[in-house]
Amino acid sequence: MKPPAFAYERPQSLNEALEVLAREGAEARPLAGGQSLIPMLALRLARPTVLVDLGGIAGLDELSLEDGTLVAGAMVRQRRLERDPLVAQHLPLLAAATRLVGHPAIRNRGTLGGSLAHADPSAEYPAVALALEAELVIRGPSGERSVPAREFFLGPFTTALADGELLTAVRFPLPSAATGWGIAEVARRHGDFALAGAVTLLERAADGTCVRAAIALFGVATRPVRATAAEQALVGQPLTVETFREAAARATEAIDEPLSDVHGSAAYRKQIVPVVVRRALEAAAQRLQAT
Amino acid sequence: MERVPITVTVNGRRISAVVEPRMTLADFLREELGLTGTKLGCEHGVCGSCTVLWDGAAVRSCLVLAAQADGANITTIEGLATDGTLHPVQQAFWEAHALQCGFCTPGMVLTAVALLAENPNPSEEEIREALSGNLCRCTGYQNIVRAVQLAARHERAGT
Repeated sequence: MKPPAFAYERPQSLNEALEVLAREGAEARPLAGGQSLIPMLALRLARPTVLVDLGGIAGLDELSLEDGTLVAGAMVRQRRLERDPLVAQHLPLLAAATRLVGHPAIRNRGTLGGSLAHADPSAEYPAVALALEAELVIRGPSGERSVPAREFFLGPFTTALADGELLTAVRFPLPSAATGWGIAEVARRHGDFALAGAVTLLERAADGTCVRAAIALFGVATRPVRATAAEQALVGQPLTVETFREAAARATEAIDEPLSDVHGSAAYRKQIVPVVVRRALEAAAQRLQAT
Repeated sequence: MERVPITVTVNGRRISAVVEPRMTLADFLREELGLTGTKLGCEHGVCGSCTVLWDGAAVRSCLVLAAQADGANITTIEGLATDGTLHPVQQAFWEAHALQCGFCTPGMVLTAVALLAENPNPSEEEIREALSGNLCRCTGYQNIVRAVQLAARHERAGT
């Protein structure tokens, strides 16, 4: 259970990091919080020749509010997202999702960007980014580009990041004041990866019906997916338990390639998807009522 | 592979060393510094036995490289007692019979120390949540939770 040998670089600037990645090619791996990468090294599932530690680069761990958008640096630690007053006030969904990530000792080191770039299909942050239609800010040798979450997650542990590119920040658009949110998951033990999970956003019109719904599923497909049929079943409808039940039943239509492993079969995961969707919708509706 | 120079403070002692990049902080503490109180159970971040304090926060020393710890302030189980007097959390573990084989104990104690530093009056649920990443193979969880509650009472009472 010891990692294979690799070289270690700790660049002091983003440009220096990009230079190292360009020089070392596909066998170099960026190291953020390391809470997924180091186990993969120990299990020898990954064998990079060089680790490029992003921990020495200033400016990648900033949190700010810009025109209705929460901008979070890729190296912001998960523990901070859990407790930061700015996040608590403007995007409590992100704090709630963070509390479902691993355990406190993991979150003390783990980062937002590391989790997103790792793209575990069972992870919470990718689904949060997808539900909020976040933009992922990427820097590479040819400059900066921005990729919407729906185009970023391509498959298990696979993203739109090319070799030599780094995720530097995430731009989360803040939901309107008339929006409620929910997150629910089923896991074997607290802190385990989800066997099925859902992130929901419900926007309510003045007449009390739903004007916009976002439902992102995680832990059930090869990447986080939006349950569009279920979303459409909610729009224009009153926010009632019956509506949620009917919409939740349609959530499985979004799952094209179901995950199936020793922790949970595809059939089991599909069976609990409507349950987590309904719970997350009810949580969103309750938060709307509380406002 | 080119070795990496680091300077790290461990239990108040400033240490300079040159480490292999792949050496984890846990192996550095155990093999290079002889601080074998830090236990290695799973070595991939599941069991919590190797938990240490990094600038006061609980982290898994098997999931950080020694090279990353350059400049960090690390506390291991060896750094808790002062002049032969147990730390209040250690004392409470003793009094509440919160250890059987003792393998998970250093990780449990340090996780509890981190919890009480930020939340001196945790509920039972908060204690269980904080300890959820630490496995006890003897399954002695009831007394571990009681020990943390006892430590919290002692610390609040200033004893």
